Amino acid sequence: MIRYISKPHPITGVTNSKLGVWCFLASEVMLFGGLFSAFLMLRIGADSWPHGWELLNVPLATMNTLFLITSSVTMVMAWASLALKDIKKYRLYMAATILLGIGFLIVKGFEYAHKFEGHHFPSTNNFYAIYFTLTGLHGLHVLGGVLVNTYFLFPGSGLWKKDPDQFMGRVEAAGLYWHFVDLVWIFLFPVLYLL
Amino acid sequence: MNPKYYGWGFPIDISKHGWQIDQLITILHVFMAVLFIGWFAFFIYTIIRFRQRPGHKAEFHIKHFKTPTYLEAGVALTEFVLLFAFSIPLWHFFRNEMPPKDKSLQVRVVAEQFAWNIHYPGKDGAFGKTDPKLISATNPLGLDPNDPEGKDDIITLNQLHIPVDMPVIVDLSSKDVIHSFTLPVMRVKQDAIPGQMIPVWFEAKSTGNFEIACAQLCGLGHYRMRGFFIVESKADFGKWLDGQAAEKVSQ
Amino acid sequence: MAGRTGRRKGFAVSDQHHSNELPFWRQYIFSQDHKVIGMQYAVTGLLFLLFGFCLMMLMRWQLAYPGKPLPFLGNFLAESPVMPGGIMLPEFYNQLGAMHGTIMVFMGVVPLAVGGFGNFVLPLQIGAPDMAFPKLNMMSYWFYFIGGVIMIASFFIPGGAAQSGWTSYPPLSNIAPLGQTFWLIGMAFLINSSLLGSINFIVTTVQLRAEGLSFFRLPFFVWSQFVTSFLLLLAFPPLMAAAVLQLMDRLAGSSFFMPSGLVVNGATTPWAGGGSPILWQHLFWFLAHPEVYVLILPAMGIVAEVMSCNTRKPLYGYKALVYSVIFLGFLSFIVWAHHMFLTSMGTQMNSFFQITTMIISIPSVVILTTLILSLWGGSIRFTVPMLFALAFLPMFGIGGLTGLPLGLAASDIHLHDTYYVIGHFHYVVAPGTIFALFAGVYHWFPKVTGRKMSDILGKIHFWFSFVFINGVFMPMFIMGLAGVSRRLYDPVQYAHAQSVQPLNVFISICAWCLGLAQIPFIINFFSSIFFGKKVDDNPWEATTLEWTVPSPPPHGNFAKPPVVYRGPYEYSVPGCAKDFLPQNLPAGQAGAAEVK
Repeated sequence: MIRYISKPHPITGVTNSKLGVWCFLASEVMLFGGLFSAFLMLRIGADSWPHGWELLNVPLATMNTLFLITSSVTMVMAWASLALKDIKKYRLYMAATILLGIGFLIVKGFEYAHKFEGHHFPSTNNFYAIYFTLTGLHGLHVLGGVLVNTYFLFPGSGLWKKDPDQFMGRVEAAGLYWHFVDLVWIFLFPVLYLL
Repeated sequence: MNPKYYGWGFPIDISKHGWQIDQLITILHVFMAVLFIGWFAFFIYTIIRFRQRPGHKAEFHIKHFKTPTYLEAGVALTEFVLLFAFSIPLWHFFRNEMPPKDKSLQVRVVAEQFAWNIHYPGKDGAFGKTDPKLISATNPLGLDPNDPEGKDDIITLNQLHIPVDMPVIVDLSSKDVIHSFTLPVMRVKQDAIPGQMIPVWFEAKSTGNFEIACAQLCGLGHYRMRGFFIVESKADFGKWLDGQAAEKVSQ
Repeated sequence: MAGRTGRRKGFAVSDQHHSNELPFWRQYIFSQDHKVIGMQYAVTGLLFLLFGFCLMMLMRWQLAYPGKPLPFLGNFLAESPVMPGGIMLPEFYNQLGAMHGTIMVFMGVVPLAVGGFGNFVLPLQIGAPDMAFPKLNMMSYWFYFIGGVIMIASFFIPGGAAQSGWTSYPPLSNIAPLGQTFWLIGMAFLINSSLLGSINFIVTTVQLRAEGLSFFRLPFFVWSQFVTSFLLLLAFPPLMAAAVLQLMDRLAGSSFFMPSGLVVNGATTPWAGGGSPILWQHLFWFLAHPEVYVLILPAMGIVAEVMSCNTRKPLYGYKALVYSVIFLGFLSFIVWAHHMFLTSMGTQMNSFFQITTMIISIPSVVILTTLILSLWGGSIRFTVPMLFALAFLPMFGIGGLTGLPLGLAASDIHLHDTYYVIGHFHYVVAPGTIFALFAGVYHWFPKVTGRKMSDILGKIHFWFSFVFINGVFMPMFIMGLAGVSRRLYDPVQYAHAQSVQPLNVFISICAWCLGLAQIPFIINFFSSIFFGKKVDDNPWEATTLEWTVPSPPPHGNFAKPPVVYRGPYEYSVPGCAKDFLPQNLPAGQAGAAEVK
């Protein structure tokens, strides 16, 4: 009934889910853009602003950066495995992506716990406030991606037998989202930790 | 007997420069009326002339009308003139061209829920330091008692007196939420934003008893944030200020 | 429709939607059919519009007769904490004001205009079987519903509903009672609902158009919904960001919007400070300005459809309309700070936003002029939808024109935050958009139900509404010129407001009469569902694709996918037997050459 779910539209060249995910990512750009603009406005208007590397754990965050970048690679490999019709490799790479995402969240958990122990909260000052808000919202997005990927690893993978093209399209869409979440972190990390 | 200051339409204008705002608003309304009457007349004409009736058919091919293009160009040109010959220069005049400080009266107005604190610098012309930590019922602005410049400062509640024919520079701020300092008869309006001190200037050309209004929702008392705005002769103003200073000493 | 499996060409079939196999709760409650979802949005939206209007009718008593107990209803509320003795408290007045705005904009107009009309009509007009993402569509309605419930619930919690205006400026909103937190969470749900909906609309319009339906053969209604969806997609997220920041301020004690040194009621606040109240205003208005174009664009789309059908001729300047609406969409993102002229942003920022605001008036002028010119040479039928669509034109004219003194910063000094602003935006939304929405209801009711609404009740509804709505909003310009501020609980405390108090009484009486004038509509709407005159599939003899399917359309809409051969407004084509050519009538039939 509804066309272009699995096969792309002859003129636009994309499936519905691909176009849909790009639209969604455009809105996410505006969401994080709004928060980044808030950061800029607060920083420019502040009398003094601390250096990120003075207050935050740069080595841990660097490790987290590596986790996310690697997970983007494994996500692409998962999708490529589907294109090569290798469902076993797909499961392997998708599991790796999920584990790396969980790893990111665990490290983040340690970071936050350490801050709270040192009595640094969003209420302490605006540097911590924007740090917690930006990384917190980003973390929620990572969690969302982990949940979606887990769905595609286990129950959702049943679609591979019924309609492999549609399943591949869904994994590709999830991959686009995951790359975006990675990209946001690539901006967050230098802006918050290194400047 | 109170002279009639307010009616249906502009309030009385006792300011030296406010007439320019009234003029811009009037020109705009003439422009708006011309456009509206033109559109509306054409609209009524067409719905009467082209109503459905026996023997009358609609036309599929309509020739391209040139008039609307001229209309749109005319609107664009008029707006260009209104912007660059009126609004932008006027705004610059009101916000950037401050009168010289030595020829003006300096006052600070600090809004709070739900009153206006008016702070005069006194004879030394300098404002005493203030600190939010020192704010109390008897010290609404937190004036530092140890600061010599603040000893002759005069702080009133809701009483803004100014002399006629003299520019006044108000440094506007707020203690708690955003308010908006409004003097309808002076065509003055400026948001009072906590954390900022925003200058606004004006000059009155007639005397009288008027009011300060708040034009930004500031809580449940927003409707009663009425202050007294009194314009008097330079002599009377001096007397009032001396009276306030004497009262302060005697407290 | 029998179940089908397998794939052909670009089709993939999901066979979950067969109406005769679904249980009641999946067919009518958690439906994934765009028509059912559209009706859910429309009915919920209309109910919220009515509720929001009732809040205002309550406020109008206090404005006309400040401090006097409300008759009748006041006796029931006399024991309540918000209206002791039947006289409302200032806090309650502020709650009514904030929620009136919020409910009308986010829970009334947009859900009806976009969620209701967009969902029902758009797939039909492009020849699609449904929206691209039916499950997402269903989710977007329920997010809206939940957001609405949270908003209404806020009236009943300690401290009451949000009371800092629909604009929620901090620091006031940061120190406000719990209702403000409910508002923020409710907004989060409403925003996400719009987001999901806008993705659906964009993908559906781009991907699922019927064969032969190029972009420049789309009905203008589809164009207006398409541009609106981009506005929703891209402008709402910064408000989501702002809501997150305000929630952090209120719940986690951050100081995003709290400057240092605040003293409220004689006490210092627990916030560390260092924030900016203006940050909220920038983020809020970055959404809220495009939001007002979200309010008007679908209305223009509806007016275009109703007008072309009831003038029996094509719209004048279709291409100009399309280019203008696209240009308007772009520009709407760069005018927002004209709401902030008095926040001392600096002369350069002020000048920039004045200039962009003046520029954005050009496409609006083009659209209004083009629509009026579309009447020329027509054969105008004064049906009930046409009455509303025609009234839209001068009313939108007044609303748009009164934006000029507000869009120029120097004149805004006197008019900012006065009743002039209230008059301006209500003219655009109330006798503007809402009249267009009424036109849409009367116009598409036969397609949804297979029956027509009563013409007599419709005409009564129109004329009384038209007269009284002008009575409500026209005097507000006088009040604004007199300098009377908005959001005043007691309008007679200020001397400059006392002289125009008789206008407040006049406005209130007109508002209550306007409320009464909606009764014929409510009766008409519900009784016509059951007792309205039955009509055929195309009672208005219109050309667009929704009129080629049965009323109501079956699940899947089209028995087979339609093919489009011509533009959307082929009325009174010379040489044809009938005075309209449906878009899917094959070329060569009815003896007319095709117009590209």
